[in-house]
Amino acid sequence: MKILVTVKRVPDYAAKLTIDPSGNKIKTEGVNMIANPFDEIAVEEALRLIEKHGGETCVLSIGTDDCTAQIRAAMAMGADRGILVKTTESLDCVSISKVIAKIFGEEKPDILLMGKQAIDDDSHQVGQMVAERLNLGQATQANKVVLEGEWATVIREADGGLETLSLKMPCVITTDLRLNEPRYASLPGIMKAKKKPLDERELSSLGLSLTPSVTLQKLEMPPNKQAGQILPDVQTLVSKLRDVEKVI
Amino acid sequence: MSATHLIVAEYDSTHLKNATLSAVTAAQKIEGTVHGLVLGKNVKHIADAFAKHVSQVHYAEHDGLEHRVAQPYAKVIADVAKSIGATHIWAAATAAGKDMMPRVATRLDAAMASDISDVVDTKTYKRPMWAGGLTGTVALSTSIQVITVRPTEFVQAAANASGNVSNFAADPGPSTTRFVGFEEVKSERPELADASVVISGGRGLKGPEGFKQLIEPLADQLNAAIGASRAVCDAGWVPNDWQVGQTGKVVAPKLYIAIGISGAIQHVAGMKGSKVTVAINKDPEAPIFQVADYGLVGDAFTIVPELIERLKALA
Repeated sequence: MKILVTVKRVPDYAAKLTIDPSGNKIKTEGVNMIANPFDEIAVEEALRLIEKHGGETCVLSIGTDDCTAQIRAAMAMGADRGILVKTTESLDCVSISKVIAKIFGEEKPDILLMGKQAIDDDSHQVGQMVAERLNLGQATQANKVVLEGEWATVIREADGGLETLSLKMPCVITTDLRLNEPRYASLPGIMKAKKKPLDERELSSLGLSLTPSVTLQKLEMPPNKQAGQILPDVQTLVSKLRDVEKVI
Repeated sequence: MSATHLIVAEYDSTHLKNATLSAVTAAQKIEGTVHGLVLGKNVKHIADAFAKHVSQVHYAEHDGLEHRVAQPYAKVIADVAKSIGATHIWAAATAAGKDMMPRVATRLDAAMASDISDVVDTKTYKRPMWAGGLTGTVALSTSIQVITVRPTEFVQAAANASGNVSNFAADPGPSTTRFVGFEEVKSERPELADASVVISGGRGLKGPEGFKQLIEPLADQLNAAIGASRAVCDAGWVPNDWQVGQTGKVVAPKLYIAIGISGAIQHVAGMKGSKVTVAINKDPEAPIFQVADYGLVGDAFTIVPELIERLKALA
């Protein structure tokens, strides 16, 4: 069994965001960068499945040299090896899906595990795009994964309840928050991670034609809401809601 | 060149979903003809209902489309989009829309904008990013575009059309996905995403009993849906289906009451569209007070029972 997991380097969700003077990106100087939390859940799930069924977990990240930190962190949790596709370009979801599909074609994993979305762009597209590109079954927003023979059965968080799908492997699974609780890396894990193989590839060496089709033109802070009022008591609240706002 | 829109309908067993009508409104911001698409089994009545909102409804009934599985759905949606020459393919950014539409985009070599909050022009959209901390303006350069729409940001399209309804033979193709089952979370209360009043609880409620003791009677009194912060869903106090936030549901009721919720960006992302927001929290420094219109500082276990009594007195 081989599981390919993707990890995206993103700004810490607790970081205060400021917009770069260019107007279409955020300032990252001084901002703590982390692995996308949904991807950490994907790494954890891959490790648990491999612990149960045997095989290897390979971590893929796409971006600058800095992404090695997130790959090593996944290795410290227990992933066996890593691939960094190096680029300084900011790629859109379509291009990212082409890169992942290309690596998938080389690695031929049984499962591609990814976060359901990245917490920076919140697009929620890439896993599904890879699945379609490779004509594979998908289960997004996974809440539980069970492997049996050549089928992965996934309980996913759909609207209004939980849906169960069985996917013939190879398949694509994207993770929701409740799937698991990612483990902390142990000190021996961190030491071992330094020696695990990390294959660095230049994006240009993949032979893909990547034309950007989505451009982020502008970023804005949402309008500031007027500061609210702290009320002295329940009676005042009830009259505000009834007489001023007319919502009760 | 005028646009041709295709709106992928979502429905439950009896009704077209309101979220789909919000997608119609978004599409109508770009000049062009609006087509609807209804896929499933026994869906003629849904197609008829949809025809009151758009100029043409295409519907197909097929065993392979009985359940909303992304793989077969994406193929059929893309087939129809091609056959009518659609330039814009739209769906609501529900769990189902998010699941299938990126596959549709890939089949059509189209770029995609997810969960948009506004339409700027025929190829430019606004969408919340960074958990709603920022709004991005994105431009799509492909001739066909796929867009999912945040339903709370658009009113529902009026029923002022009398569109044609036509049946077509769909070919969902082979699938490597098997639908096994669906376990519905049943509730007597209004649906979270549609409710006009939402009462949400957080860690300040101390446990599942806090929801029973405070949130449920208040929700009963106001005929409200119940929401929750991610922390209490993760802790298993309430179903995950109740989660309001970046990773849960986005709500925009006329009244939102957050009880014992600190107001992490994750949660605020899901409720900031609410018209009037009330926060009840014993920590005066809680970030929720910065986004709430009205705040009460104090113990929820004292304040909420009094609120319920005063509301009962009004009723």
